[in-house]
Amino acid sequence: MVNKNIIKVCVGSIHDFPVSLGKTVKVNGKEIAVFKLSSGKIRAIENRCPHKGGVLSEGIVSGDSVFCPMHDWKICLHDGNVQEPDSGCVDTYEASVEGDLLYLLIEE
Amino acid sequence: MQKKKLVLIGNGMAGVRAIEEVLKVSNEAFEITIFGSEPHPNYNRILLSKVLQGDTNVEDITLNDWNWYQENNITLYTGETVTSIDSVKKEVATNSGRVEPYDELILATGSLPFILPIPGSDKKGVTAFRDIKDTDEMLQASQQYKKAAVIGGGLLGLEAARGLLNLGMDVSVIHLAPYLMERQLDPTAGKLLQNELEKQGMKFLLEKQTAEIVGDERVEGLSFKDGTFLEADLVVMAVGIKPNVQLAKEAGLNVNRGIVVNDYMQTDISNIYAVGECAEHRGMVYGLVAPLYEQGKALAKAICGAEKVPYEGSVLSTQLKVSGVEVFSAGDFTEDEEKKAIKVFDEQDGIYKKLVLRGNQIVGAVLFGDSSDGNRLFSMIQKQEDVSDVAKVSILQPSGGNAGESLVASMSADDIICGCNGVTKGTIVEAIQKQGCSSVDEIKACTSASRSCGGCKPLVAEVLQHTLGADFDAVAQKEAICGCTTLSRDEVVEEIKAKGLSHTREVMNVLGWNNEEGCSKCRPALNYYLGMVNPTGYVDERESRFVNERMHANIQKDGTYSVVPRMYGGVTNAEDLRRIADVVDKYEIPLVKVTGGQRLDLFGVKKEDLPSVWEELDMPSGYAYGKSLRTVKTCVGEQFCRFGTQDSMGVGIALEKKFEGLWTPHKVKMAVSACPRSCAESGIKDIGFIGIDGGWEIYVGGNGGTHLRGGDLLYKVKTDEELMDITGAYLQYYRETANYLERTSAWIERMGLSHIQSVLDEAETRRELNMRMDEALSTYRDPWKEIVESKKTKKELFETVVTS
Repeated sequence: MVNKNIIKVCVGSIHDFPVSLGKTVKVNGKEIAVFKLSSGKIRAIENRCPHKGGVLSEGIVSGDSVFCPMHDWKICLHDGNVQEPDSGCVDTYEASVEGDLLYLLIEE
Repeated sequence: MQKKKLVLIGNGMAGVRAIEEVLKVSNEAFEITIFGSEPHPNYNRILLSKVLQGDTNVEDITLNDWNWYQENNITLYTGETVTSIDSVKKEVATNSGRVEPYDELILATGSLPFILPIPGSDKKGVTAFRDIKDTDEMLQASQQYKKAAVIGGGLLGLEAARGLLNLGMDVSVIHLAPYLMERQLDPTAGKLLQNELEKQGMKFLLEKQTAEIVGDERVEGLSFKDGTFLEADLVVMAVGIKPNVQLAKEAGLNVNRGIVVNDYMQTDISNIYAVGECAEHRGMVYGLVAPLYEQGKALAKAICGAEKVPYEGSVLSTQLKVSGVEVFSAGDFTEDEEKKAIKVFDEQDGIYKKLVLRGNQIVGAVLFGDSSDGNRLFSMIQKQEDVSDVAKVSILQPSGGNAGESLVASMSADDIICGCNGVTKGTIVEAIQKQGCSSVDEIKACTSASRSCGGCKPLVAEVLQHTLGADFDAVAQKEAICGCTTLSRDEVVEEIKAKGLSHTREVMNVLGWNNEEGCSKCRPALNYYLGMVNPTGYVDERESRFVNERMHANIQKDGTYSVVPRMYGGVTNAEDLRRIADVVDKYEIPLVKVTGGQRLDLFGVKKEDLPSVWEELDMPSGYAYGKSLRTVKTCVGEQFCRFGTQDSMGVGIALEKKFEGLWTPHKVKMAVSACPRSCAESGIKDIGFIGIDGGWEIYVGGNGGTHLRGGDLLYKVKTDEELMDITGAYLQYYRETANYLERTSAWIERMGLSHIQSVLDEAETRRELNMRMDEALSTYRDPWKEIVESKKTKKELFETVVTS
C-alpha cells in the first residue's frame, strides 16, 4: 500500500482569478496553472505542456480545454489529456472553494 | 521482367521535364540514370535573373529537389560530365571513369553561352549569364566593384543589367543593333523600352561593336571599333547561346546548328533522342522554355512506345522579367508585303500595342506598357485565329471582361496555360474536377501551373471560374474560418455587420458555432473582425487574444518574455539608451539584441517584472508582438547620405507615429528608403517606400519571410501628403478585406494588384477608407501605460501566486 499525503493549500481569494484566463501558482516547488472557466468552475493543471514545456497558464481557454501558446496543442483541463492528433498527459489537481477562498489539494 | 535502362545526359529543365513526362506515361518501364555537370539538382534557369535582381533565392527556383529523384528511384550523378557515347555498345562514359550502359539515351545537353571571340575575353571579371555560378560571380563582383558593362541588349542582357542595377552598380548596356531586343520587338517598342530603362538608371551604347576587352589580369574597360572607350570592372556577355553539340558530334550523330531530330525527337541513330536547346527541329533551335515541354511530351510518348503524338514546332512568346516594365511579344511581329499591322500608341501613358495579321489571321503581337492581354493574344496567335468577322481594333481593346472568359472557353484541353511548366488546360480542369482544387493556390500545388514566373495566374483563375461555373463564387470563397463553423470569413463579417453583433460569444451563439467557446483559431479572428467593423464601440476581449497580444510582450520558449520599446523610425537618443541600459542592469535582463526592424529587443524578462520594466523604461510599446504595425525601418536619407534624395527618417517617423497600435489581420512592416539603393530593404516589406528624384515609389505586398516575395509597384507619388493618403487607404482596404492571419503578400496575390489599384484610383473611395482608418486609429492608447496604471490588470495578468 502506498501512503499518500494530501495537503490543502490556500492560494488566495477567488476574485483574484480572472475569468477564462489562467493564473500561475507556485506551491511546494510545483508550478500549477489555475483556470476560472466561464461556467465558474475552477480547474488546476500542471503548468507545462508535455510537448515542449509551453506555459499553459497563458493559453487560450475554450470550454473545458486550453490551447498551448507555444504550438497550439489542445489539452483537456478536466483530465489533463492532450487531444488528438497529439498525445500525452499533464497532472491535474483538485480545487475547492470555501467562502471567498480558493484551495488546491496537492500530493506531498 | 528486367527494366530497360534509360540514361539522360543533362540535368536541366528540358531533360528532367522529359523524364517527368516519361514517368507520367509509365513509372515502371525504366531504370533511370541522370548525369548533370552542375552540382545542383534541377533548377529553373529562367528565374536566375530574379535571383540576381534579389527577388528570390536559389532554393526557391529549384524545380526538383533531391527527394524527387529519390522518390522516383532515379540515380542522379551531379558534378559529373559525360565525355563519350558508344552507340554500338550502347554505353556512355564520364569524366570520372564511370561507364553506364543504356537501352534508350536522351541528350539534353542544352546550350553554352556564346562568348565573343575578341581579345581579352578570358580576363578576370568577364562572365556569361547562364548558371548559378555566373550569378554568384556577379553578386560577388557587385560588392567590390562599381562599373558594369553588359554586352548584349537582348532579353538576357537586360535582365542581367537590371539585376546589376539592383546591386548598386553603375550599368552600361552595349548593343550592336540600333534598338533593344530587336528579335522580339519592333523599333517603336524597342525605343520605349530604352526610355523606361534609362529612367531606371541604365545607360545604353547602341550600334557599338566591342573590339577588345582591356586590362591587366582583371578587366578595366572596353574599347570599341569606333575608337571610343568605356571603363568597366565587370563585363557580362549576353550575346546569345550556341547549342552544346560537341558530344553528339563525336558520337557521330547528324548535327547542323543543333542535333537534328524528327517530330518524335529521335536522332538519326536509333535509341538516341535529343530535347531542348541542343536539338534542332525542322531547322529551328529554340532558346526559350515553352517548347521544351511540348518536345518532352512527344519524346516521352515515343520512348515509352505509347501512341505517338508528333511535335510540330512552337510559336514563341517572350515576356521581359524586369520590374516596372511590361513587355510582351509573340509570333511573327514584323510587317512586310503580306503582313499588315494594327497599332495603338498612347504616347502619354507609354502604352504601345501592335497586332500583325496575315490576311485575316493573327500571326504576331507586340505589347509595351500594358501586357495584360498577352495571354489572350498568344492563344489567338497559336491558333492563327481567323478574325474576319471581328472589328479588328477591338481585338486589342476588348470591351468589358468578356474577352478573357471566352478565351478560356474556346481553348482545347491540350492548350498550354502555364508555359513555364507546360501545364495544359485539361490538366487544370482535371485537378479541379477530380481532385477538388478550388483555388489558384491549390491548383498550383497540385499541377505546378503558375509555380514559376506566375504570369499565367489570371488565366488559371479564369479556368477555375469557367470550370466551376455557377459554383465558382461559393466554392472559391467558401473557406470556413475554422473547424467550429462552416461559415467563411466574408459571411461572418457580413453577419456581424447585418446583425450588429458585438461579442465573440454572441457571434458564435447566433451563427451556430458547433463549439460553444470556439477555438484558438476563430476566437482571435472574431475578436479582430468585431474590432475592425466597429472600432470605437467594440470592447476588446483579452481572453480571445494570443498570449503575446494579451501580455504586450513576446513569450519565449522558457516562459520569459521579450520587450521592444517603440523607437520611431529606428531613431534613438542618449537619454533613451541610458534608460534602457539602467533597466537592463536593474532587472538583470540577460540579452539585448538589435532586431531586423532596427529596434532593441530585451530578452528574458520575467513575467512578474514586465509592468515595472515598462514603467521604468517610460517608452511606448513597440508592438513587436502584435498583428499590428510593427516597425518602420528607415535609411539615413538626405540628412547624411551622399545618395539620399528624400527625408526617409522624417517620413518613417511620421508613418510610425500615425499608424502605431493599429490592429491588422497580420503583422505589418514598413520601410522607407531615400533612394533606389533601398538600404532599408523597402522591396520586401508589406509597404515599402523608395525615394526618387521628386517623389516616392510605393511598393506593396513584399515579404522577406518564408515565402520571399518582392513588392509590386503600387503608385508613384510626388508629395508626402499623397504618400500618407495612399498608405492609409491601402492599409484600411487590407484591414477590411483580408482573412485574419493573411499577410499582405498573400492577400495581394488573392485580390490582384490591378484590382487594388482600381479601388484606390477612386478619390472618393480613398477618402472614405482614410476616414475609417482615422476612426480605428482614434482608439489607440499605449497598452504598457494602461497596464502600469491599472492595479487590477497588473494583478490578474502578471502576478504569480507563490505559497510557501
